[in-house]
Amino acid sequence: MLKYKIERAPAPVWMRTLIPLIAIPVTFLITSIIILLDGANPITAYYHFIISPLAGKASAIEVLVKSTPLLLTGAAVAFAFNSGYWNIGAEGQLYAGAIAAAWIGMTLKDVPPIIGIPAMVLGGFAGGMLWAFPSAILKVKLNVDEVVTTLLMNSIVLNVTSFLLNGPWRDPVSMWPQSPEIAAGTVFFKLIPRTRLHFGIILAVLIIIITWFVIKRTSFGLKMRAIGLSREGAHFAGIKVNKTVLTVALVSGGIAGIAGAGEVAGIHFHLIDAISDGLGYSGIIIATLGGLHPFGVGLAALFIGLIDTGAQTVARQMGVPVYLGDVVQSTLLLVTLSLFVLQNYRIRRVK
Amino acid sequence: MHAVQMKGIVKRFADLTANDNIDFDLEQGEIHALLGENGAGKTTLMRILYGLYHADEGEMLINGTPAVIHSPKDAIRLGIGMVTQHFTLVPTLSVAENMVLGETGSITVNLPDVEKKVAAASERFGIPVKPQALIKHLSVGERQRVEILKALYHDARVLILDEPTAVLVPQEVEVLFDALVRLQNEGLSVIFISHHLNEVMEICDRITVLRDGHSVGTVRKVDTNLKQLANMMVGRENFGVTRQGQREKGRVELCIQGVHATDKKGLPSLKGVSLDVHQGEILGLAGVSGNGQAELSAVLCGTKKTTSGKVMVGDLNLTNAEPSAVCAAGVGRIPEDRYANMVGELSVAENLVLDQLDQFVNRGILDQEKIQENAKKLINEFQIKASPGDRVRTLSGGNMQKVMLARTLSQKPRVVIASQPTRGLDVGATDYVRTTLLEQRDNGAAVLLLSEDLEEIMALSDRIAVIYAGRIMGILPAQEATAEKLGLMMAGAPTLDRKGGVDAEI
Amino acid sequence: MELTLFLVGLIAATLRVATPLIFGTLGELFSERSGVLNLGIEGIMFLGAFTGFAVAAKTGSLWIGLLGAIVAGGLAGMLMALLSVRLGVNQHVSGLGITLLATGISLYSFRVIFGESKIPPSIEPFPMLPILPELHVLAPITNQYLLTYIGIAMIAVVWWVIGKTRFGLQIRAVGENPEAADAAGLNVYAIRTRALVIGGALMAVGGAFLTLAQLGSFTFGIIAGRGWVCIALIIFANWQSVNVLFGALIFGGVQALQLRLQTLGFKLPYELFLSLPYVVTIIALTLAGRNASAPSALLKAYRRE
Repeated sequence: MLKYKIERAPAPVWMRTLIPLIAIPVTFLITSIIILLDGANPITAYYHFIISPLAGKASAIEVLVKSTPLLLTGAAVAFAFNSGYWNIGAEGQLYAGAIAAAWIGMTLKDVPPIIGIPAMVLGGFAGGMLWAFPSAILKVKLNVDEVVTTLLMNSIVLNVTSFLLNGPWRDPVSMWPQSPEIAAGTVFFKLIPRTRLHFGIILAVLIIIITWFVIKRTSFGLKMRAIGLSREGAHFAGIKVNKTVLTVALVSGGIAGIAGAGEVAGIHFHLIDAISDGLGYSGIIIATLGGLHPFGVGLAALFIGLIDTGAQTVARQMGVPVYLGDVVQSTLLLVTLSLFVLQNYRIRRVK
Repeated sequence: MHAVQMKGIVKRFADLTANDNIDFDLEQGEIHALLGENGAGKTTLMRILYGLYHADEGEMLINGTPAVIHSPKDAIRLGIGMVTQHFTLVPTLSVAENMVLGETGSITVNLPDVEKKVAAASERFGIPVKPQALIKHLSVGERQRVEILKALYHDARVLILDEPTAVLVPQEVEVLFDALVRLQNEGLSVIFISHHLNEVMEICDRITVLRDGHSVGTVRKVDTNLKQLANMMVGRENFGVTRQGQREKGRVELCIQGVHATDKKGLPSLKGVSLDVHQGEILGLAGVSGNGQAELSAVLCGTKKTTSGKVMVGDLNLTNAEPSAVCAAGVGRIPEDRYANMVGELSVAENLVLDQLDQFVNRGILDQEKIQENAKKLINEFQIKASPGDRVRTLSGGNMQKVMLARTLSQKPRVVIASQPTRGLDVGATDYVRTTLLEQRDNGAAVLLLSEDLEEIMALSDRIAVIYAGRIMGILPAQEATAEKLGLMMAGAPTLDRKGGVDAEI
Repeated sequence: MELTLFLVGLIAATLRVATPLIFGTLGELFSERSGVLNLGIEGIMFLGAFTGFAVAAKTGSLWIGLLGAIVAGGLAGMLMALLSVRLGVNQHVSGLGITLLATGISLYSFRVIFGESKIPPSIEPFPMLPILPELHVLAPITNQYLLTYIGIAMIAVVWWVIGKTRFGLQIRAVGENPEAADAAGLNVYAIRTRALVIGGALMAVGGAFLTLAQLGSFTFGIIAGRGWVCIALIIFANWQSVNVLFGALIFGGVQALQLRLQTLGFKLPYELFLSLPYVVTIIALTLAGRNASAPSALLKAYRRE
C-alpha cells in the first residue's frame, strides 16, 4: 500500500513561483462570499474585475497608470524586506516624496522639462529618504523596532500634509484643500496623448530593473541579502550590518518617495490630501506576492493595478462597493502568506 | 515486569533516519544508561518516549500495557518525567509556578498551598529547592534540581535525564548521583543519557549503546568494561588524531590581557582573562559549559564588546574590533554555533566568499565565475559533500563545519580561534577537523582551542588553560596535565602548581 | 473659577479620550504577553467601531451592538491566531494584513448596508451616567459613559487574570518560554489563540466605544491611528496592566489639552498637534528600548522541532 506523508523539509523551488498563482483563485473563492452577501453574482463581478479592464484600450492603459506608483512602492518595500528591514512606512515616505516634489514644482517657475523632471524625481527621492531617516537611524543606533516607528511616521506625515494644505500651501483660488499647481516644466510628459499614462511608468520599470541588478548581481546586494537571511551570520562574516541596513532603508524610502513625486507630477499636478490611498500598504502586499523578487514585484504590481481598476469597473457596472478591491487585496496577502508556509513542507511517498 | 518497553522504534527527519528499528527496555527500579556519541539518536529516542516526537514506526509499552503517547501530557500521566538538556523552565516564574504549569482545574492558582507541597516534596526526595525563588535567579545546578523535582512532583516513576552532567562541575555531579541512588532506593526507574563512559560505569545498572541511529546492544555493568563500551560506542577504541611531539615555541601571536565582558543578561562573565598564544602551538581552553567560553570566543571573533582589557594580534590592537577588521588582521574564526554564524539560506559558494567579498568583486559587481571556481576548489580541497549551489542549511553538521573551515582556513590565518569545533560531528568529520587544526599548528598558526571535551583538549593541545567562572584558573603544559588535575581546576580549585603555568604568562 | 472649569473639562475629556486606548491596549496586552504582536489592532478597532454601529443601528439595541463588536473582534483575533500561531507566518506582515482586511471589510459592508447617503447615518448613543447632579461642578468628571468605568475596572480585571489565575500563568508561560510550556503539557497554540481572541474582543470594544458612546455615528477616519498609539502604550507601560492606566491617561491628557486649547481660541496648527502622540511614542520607544521587559518569546512563532 502506498501512503503519502507530509513532512517538514524545504519544498522544491518551483513551489515558490507557483504559490502566488494558486493564491489568486483561492482568494477569489473566499471573497465570493462577500459579493454574494451584496446580492451580486461573483462570476460576473470577477469578469468585470479582471477581464473588463483589459478588454478596452482606455481601461487597459488605466491599469498601467494605476500600476505606476505600485511598481515603485512594491520595489521600495521588497528592497527593504530583502535585507530584513521591515519598512512599513512606504505610505509615509510616498507622502514625503509628494510634498518635496510639490514644493519643487511650486518653487521652480520657468524651467525646461530637461531640468524640471529630474528635479522632481530627485526631490521625491530626497523627500522619501528624509522621512525614512528617523526610523532607520533609530534602528541601527539604538535597535528601536522599525515596524512601529515607520508605522507612526505614516500617521505623522498625514497630519503634516493636512497642515500644509489647510495652512501655508493652501491654494486660495481652489475650493478644496490643495496646493497651487506645479510649474509646467516639472510635469511628467505623457506617453500616450489624451490618457493619464505618463513618464513615471518608464521610471518605475527602470527602477525595478535597477533594484533587480543591485540585489542579485552586486556585492552590496549579496551583503543585504545575507543580512536579511541571517543578521548574525552576516555580521560574523564581517559585513557592516548597520551601514548596509541604513543605506537600504534610505534607498527604500527614496524609491517610495519617487512614487509620490510621480503622483504629483504625472497625475494630480497639485499636492492633495488623498495623494495616496494606501499605495504604500499595497506595496507590502505586492512585495509579499512577488516573493520579494523585483520581477515578481513587477508582475504583482500590474496585478494589483488591475484589481484597483477592476474594483472601479465593478462598482460602476454592478453597484458593488469599490472597497471590494481592498478586501480582495488584503485577502490575497493573507492567503499568499499562508500558502508560503507550504514551502517548508513536502509530500513524500512512504511504503 | 518492565517499566518501559520500546519495540522497533523508527524515526526519520527528512533525509536522516535518527532511530532505525531500536528496541529498548527499562526494568523497575534500575538506572539504565543510554550511551552513544552526539547524534547517535539517544535524545530522539527519549523524546519519543516523552511525547515530544512521534515515532514513524514501532510500539511502546508502559508497565506492560501498550501506550500511545501524543504529548508530554500523556507521558506525565503515565508517570514519565524528563529533564532535557535545555531546561524547560520559565525564567520569569517562580519554582512553585513552574511546578503547576501544566495542571488544569481551578480558575486561580493557590500559590501558598503549592509552595507548601513543593517544600514537602523537596524534603521527601532530599532535593533542596526554594519554592518561592524565581528561576532566573537560580544557578544551573539548582535549575536542574528544580527540573528533577518537577518530574517527581508530578508522580513520575520513570525519570529520563538527558546529559544531566554536561552542565555540572564534578562536585555537583556527586550530589546528583547521590540523589539518583536515593530515588532508585525509593523504587524509581531512571534512564540516564550520556556519552561519558566513566559516569555510566559509576552509576548505572545496565547500559544500552546506540550508534548512528541503531542499537548496538544492551549490557549489564557487571559484565562489561570501559574498553568494550568504547568499542560499542565508536566502533573502535579511540580517536586516531593526537598531537605529535613538542614544538619550539614561536613568538606570541595572540595576546589577551585582562579582558572583562558581560553575558547576554549584562552580568559579568569574563573577569580579567589573560592568555598568550604562540606561533605554532595549540592552546587548549578547558572548562565546564557556561564559564565564559562563549563570551571569550565572541570577543575574539569581534561579535562582542569587552568592558575592559586588550586583545592584540601581533602588533595590531584588535580590542573591540568589528568582525571585518578581525578577519582582515588574519584571525580565522570557527565559532561555536556554526549554523547561526553562516547564512543558511545562501549557497555554499556564496557563504565561502562572504567574509572576503572584496576579492570576488569587480567594480561592485559580483564575479560569479571566480566565486564558482573558488567554491569548486575548496569543496575539493576540504572534502565537502555538496555542490556550490546547495543552500548551506541543507548540509549535515559535518559538511557545514567543513564549509566554515574552508572559508576560514583558505585565507591562511595567523591566528585560529576554534570554539567547540567538533561538537555534534560524527567520527569521520571529527577526525578531519582535528587533523586540520593540527595542520594549522604545524604551519605556524597560533591556535586557541575552546572545548568542553576534555579528551579533545588533551589530545590536541600543547598547553592547557582552564577557565572557571570567567577566570583562568591556571595553565599547564600538556605533559603535566592529567584529567584529575584539570577536573579539579574546572571545578574552581586553584591549580596545585599554579606557579608553573602562570609565571610563564605574565 | 475659570481655571477650575478648565481643569474639570480637561480631566473629563482626558477620561473620554483614554477609554478606547485603555481597551485597545489591554487587548494588545493579552496578545503580547502570550508572545504575539498583533498589528491587526488598528483594523480590529475599526471593525469594532463599524460592527457595533451597524448591529446597533439594525437591531435598535446598543448592547447587542456591543456584543456584535465583541464577536467580530474575537473572530479577527482568531484569524490572527490562525496565521501567526498555527501557520507561524511573520507576525508583522500578518498583523498588517489583518488591519487591511478588517478595514476593507468594514468599509465594504458599511456601503452595502447603509448605501452612499449624503447624511451619515447615526444612532442614539449610550447616555452618560448621572452620578452627580448636572450642575455640580465635578459632574463632567464623574458623569462618564458606563464603558469608561468598565474600561477602568477592566484594568483591575486584566491584572487579576494575568497575575493570579491559572490561565494568566499559562499566558505568561507561553509568552516567555513556549518550549517549557509545551514540555509541561500545555497546548501553546490553544493558549495563544485564546489570548488573541480575548485581545481582539477588547480591541473591538475600544473601537465600539467611539460609535456607540462618544459619537453615535461611524466615519471612515474614526480610529485615526488610535490602534498604533496602543502599540506604543504597551511599550510605555512595560507590559504591565496597571501602568496601562497611566499611559492612557497621559496620552489622553495631551490630546484633550490640545482640543481644549483649540476651543479656547488659541491659534495652534492643530494638525501638527495631532502628531504629538506619535512623536512622543517614538521618543518613548527610544528611551524605553534598552531596559524594556518585553515577553521573551514575542514575535517568535512556536514550532515543535
